Amino acid sequence: MKGKNTLLFFLIVAVIAGTALIAINGLTLGTFSITPVKDQLKLGLDIKGGVVVVYEAQTDEKDDALARTMEQTKQMIGKRINELGLTEPIITLQGEKRLRIELPGVANAQEAIAVIGKTALLEFVLVTGDTPASEGMTLDAIESEQILTGINIEDAFVSQDEYNQPVVSLKFDSVGTTLFYEGTKKAIDNVNKRGQIAIVLDNDIISAPYTQIVISDGEAIVQGSFSYEEANSLAMLIRGGALPVKMTEVQTSVIGPTLGLDSFNSAIRAAIIGIILVMFFMIVFYRIPGVIASIALTLYAMLVIFVLIGLNATLTLPGIAGIVISLGMAVDANVIIFERLKEEMKVGKSLRASIDSGFHRAMSTIIDSNVTTFIAALILFAFGEGPIKGFAVTLMIGIISSMFTAVIVTKSMLKLSLGFTDRKKLYGSRG
Amino acid sequence: MRMLNTMKHYKLWFAFSGAVIVLGFVMMFMNGLNLGIDFTGGTMMQVELGKEISVAEISDVIKSFDLNPDIVHSGVEKTEVIIKTKASLDNDLRKEVFGALKEAYGLEDNALIGAEQFGPSMGKEIRNRAIISVLIASVVMLIYISIRFETVFGIAAIIALFHDVLFLISIYAIFGITVNSSFIAAVLTIVGYSINDTIVVFDRVRENIKREKNKDHFEIINTSVSQTMTRTLNTSITTLLVIGSLYVLGVQSIKEFAFPLFVGITVGTYSSIFIASPTWALVRQYLAKKEHYATK
Repeated sequence: MKGKNTLLFFLIVAVIAGTALIAINGLTLGTFSITPVKDQLKLGLDIKGGVVVVYEAQTDEKDDALARTMEQTKQMIGKRINELGLTEPIITLQGEKRLRIELPGVANAQEAIAVIGKTALLEFVLVTGDTPASEGMTLDAIESEQILTGINIEDAFVSQDEYNQPVVSLKFDSVGTTLFYEGTKKAIDNVNKRGQIAIVLDNDIISAPYTQIVISDGEAIVQGSFSYEEANSLAMLIRGGALPVKMTEVQTSVIGPTLGLDSFNSAIRAAIIGIILVMFFMIVFYRIPGVIASIALTLYAMLVIFVLIGLNATLTLPGIAGIVISLGMAVDANVIIFERLKEEMKVGKSLRASIDSGFHRAMSTIIDSNVTTFIAALILFAFGEGPIKGFAVTLMIGIISSMFTAVIVTKSMLKLSLGFTDRKKLYGSRG
Repeated sequence: MRMLNTMKHYKLWFAFSGAVIVLGFVMMFMNGLNLGIDFTGGTMMQVELGKEISVAEISDVIKSFDLNPDIVHSGVEKTEVIIKTKASLDNDLRKEVFGALKEAYGLEDNALIGAEQFGPSMGKEIRNRAIISVLIASVVMLIYISIRFETVFGIAAIIALFHDVLFLISIYAIFGITVNSSFIAAVLTIVGYSINDTIVVFDRVRENIKREKNKDHFEIINTSVSQTMTRTLNTSITTLLVIGSLYVLGVQSIKEFAFPLFVGITVGTYSSIFIASPTWALVRQYLAKKEHYATK
């Protein structure tokens, strides 16, 4: 009986240690292989780098109308991101009139932000006043009359003009063709008053050509001083159409890939050193129970990581902090049990009886203290956003895992350890 | 087990905590809290310059933008700079500021390793949200404790909780430490942790009340605090070991998170012994007296 328990004890230790080693280093046996957990974890933007932008819609719309507008905007922004060829974007509605856009690993973040948030309302206007329009002016600076907007444009693409400059070619739909025909006709009729058409994007004049002929084929080109990339994103914006509302950037966070990785590595290193210090402290203070607590902690750390992988949850820096806090609580449950154990031994109970009654009495403390902390985490999850949510998730996973390891694993191992020793001194008793 | 007489000097502990909190609030009304850009609105840019360049020189390069910036060095070799300003710069303006640095030091586009921008209205919302979360969490925890224990325990625990949060804010006000959103997350964590500590003591009080009916409330607190002392200290030590290593080894953003946690857990441990427990005993004593006169 005793020998069997001892064997089982060391078997459990070996299994946990083995699993931990495989989890850290991975394993390859012929065709069968396990990737190290480090590579299976989905890392958040703050670790692997990327961009987070929060836009706020400038609108007085409310309720259903607002919800519709936001949904439309969300879809259009999604389309733009797709056209830019960016992968795995996450677009979420935050509150009522905000969109949070997360783009992992964007190399040139500033360009991406510039394109995504543009309203991209394209207008063709007839210049009617005495002031001639020119590139760089705003629409308010001239007197004008609208001919058509981007809605009537069927297609837009980049081509080159006769000087090899990149231009954006436009193709109007049937309504647009008619409108443009009438517009150019008006421009020519007004030739002594100027005859100029201005092309306006979000209130900025981007091109101001003069027409000599009436255009009826429904095609036009936008010449302006832009690079090939700029022409390309302009064409894309026109194709995608204008956003239904103006969006302003209220929060941005750009994390370069090296910055995030540095923080990640330093956090992991700190956590490992912290755990080793805790194990050292526990073993010195509690002897055999301390060793058992260290084994339970190893299992706890693995459980948290496996659950994170299983839930396909994203690990962020605040998330790591949550794991660390719950690690503290995992130790706490063990400390509560071992202190009770010492008290029970002191009143003269046998080791085996002490373990049973100590556990029994520690349980209500552990449950009450963990449930209250869990309540706090749950409320953080419900009311927090972004990083705070990530923190709350790992804290909750941590609390559950720590209850499991402390209550079930610590208890069974304490009992099994009786197989090779029953000296109370080794269990922290000073008597 | 050494018997600690917690109740003997309770007036001293209350006075100490009261003094820190009053001082903190006086400082806060005089100087205000040192709010980070995520509360006031503003912009942070982190740029890798490839070599160490003095703060004065960098402020000169970006002088024309009139940002009134805070500039600090970062990175292992001090080759990075973090520029913070209360002006909320949009994408185009950030590009211009970076452009000036890029030109001055011949940088590539990827030298801009990080940037953050917050609109002025965001901070208020984050703060209000945090206050609401703490209040809701307090109410729900109060209900839970009232069911599992009794209402007086719940009230004492929540008083200790508010003590911890106010104490932490006071320390930030007194030393002028920057308050940002990781501070809020830390406060919320302390809400969970401090209550955990208090519950462990109260759990023992609950048990001792049943066992030793003829002892008065002060004696029960003294016994219970002494019995749970080793546990309280050991748990705080182990948690502080982990958080301490995060603080020492972590990068700036981790340090900003670890610091308030470190202070908060220390304060939480102190308050569960010296604030929550005496408060419970005093309220119980007061209620018992009232009942005594009522039945006379």
